[in-house]
Amino acid sequence: MLTNIISISLGAILINNFIFSQFLGCCPFLGCSSKVETATGMGLAVVFVMGLASAICWVIDQYLLVALHLEFLQTLAFILVIAALVQFVEMFLKKSVPSLYSALGIYLPLITTNCAVLGVVLLNVQNDYNFLESLVYGITGGLGFMLAIVLFASVRERTEFSDYPECFEGFPICLVSAGLLALAFMGFSGMQIF
Amino acid sequence: MSSILLAILVLGVLGGIFGAVLAFASKIFYVEVDPKQEAIRACLAGANCGGCGYPGCDGYAAAVAAGEAPTNRCVAGGAECAEKVARIMGVDVGASEPMVAFVPCSGTEGHAEKRFNYNGPKDCQAAMLFGGKSNKTCTFACIGLGNCVKVCQFGAMEIVDGIAKVNRAKCVGCGACAEACPKSIIKMIPASQKVMPACNNHDKGAKVMKMCDFGCIGCMKCQRECPADAIVVKDNLAVVDVTKCVQCGHCADICPRHIITYFGKRQEATAE
Repeated sequence: MLTNIISISLGAILINNFIFSQFLGCCPFLGCSSKVETATGMGLAVVFVMGLASAICWVIDQYLLVALHLEFLQTLAFILVIAALVQFVEMFLKKSVPSLYSALGIYLPLITTNCAVLGVVLLNVQNDYNFLESLVYGITGGLGFMLAIVLFASVRERTEFSDYPECFEGFPICLVSAGLLALAFMGFSGMQIF
Repeated sequence: MSSILLAILVLGVLGGIFGAVLAFASKIFYVEVDPKQEAIRACLAGANCGGCGYPGCDGYAAAVAAGEAPTNRCVAGGAECAEKVARIMGVDVGASEPMVAFVPCSGTEGHAEKRFNYNGPKDCQAAMLFGGKSNKTCTFACIGLGNCVKVCQFGAMEIVDGIAKVNRAKCVGCGACAEACPKSIIKMIPASQKVMPACNNHDKGAKVMKMCDFGCIGCMKCQRECPADAIVVKDNLAVVDVTKCVQCGHCADICPRHIITYFGKRQEATAE
């Protein structure tokens, strides 16, 4: 059991990193990575939402969709769950934990449309994970996203002061460095743990 | 057929439940916001420049609504905004003298001596790493790599001939540039103040002569000739006392180094 959890975690963080090897959640990855601080905020919000969404979607899937043989509705139902969940969490945080709310700020509602969140719940179903495994996969998938976006933000902060041809100014250099980072993460692919 | 009905039913019920939960939650988790705060927020300039000293426009609006902040702090919004906010709070406007940024340096490209050619990152802070004073010999000079330009939300800062220049028509006086300047040479001055010595150098005259074609040498001519005794040479640098200055512009005319700047159109100096 424990080895299984560890292998899922390492797999989600490094080997099958959501951004670098599954190419999910690329939009916030490029949009929110100009500063390490904002990247960390976005990363934390994604960890939070992915973990919660995995747990709740697993329950909905098992006890509603599978039970009624409505598996084909998964995508639709999951989007509904995620959107409602994010709204609910936002309201809850605003009232109960205002400090966390102001830290996550704009990123929380942005995550509603993050395909990595939908990806993680669909992959949970695909991989036949049980409740605990789903939860772990959701949280560690989020951590993988956070690792990627924080790494990339620190790269971008450095490129701001470095000397590169003018035609690469702005987005081009950003995409090139993202590609190189993805290449580095490809080094993990095919690795087997336990 | 039944599976279609079931699908519609399940999704419909699911959506209905979520909707109900959210509606219910919005009542439970409703955070009371002072209606004044929202009204004040709507009046502010919305640039989130931080010129008021609070974290963004929301922070300032909350502070005003709580009665902790004066109503005239929004520099970007100006007098019009202060009046609206004061009306909401039901207090007197109070005078808020608009401020503008001013760069007290005239050491343009080719006129200020350089210690070396700097090819590093285009950032004043980075350039300061070379002995804490950039590539100009004058330790008080504007580096001219534009940290102030980067932080200006209003496009009022530009680098002209190697030093920062303020576009007074665009400047709202938020003071972000003064805070960003690693040499702290940018000053905030009242917009009505017409004359200002554009030099910041406290070195002795002979030394300034060598370093810069325009630096203040502390010759005291302005101090002697000022009709209002408003300009005084202190530590080898002319300083204008804005409370005494009558804006006649005489000092700008007689300065042998031509560094006393006169803003705007000259009115006939009234000889008293």
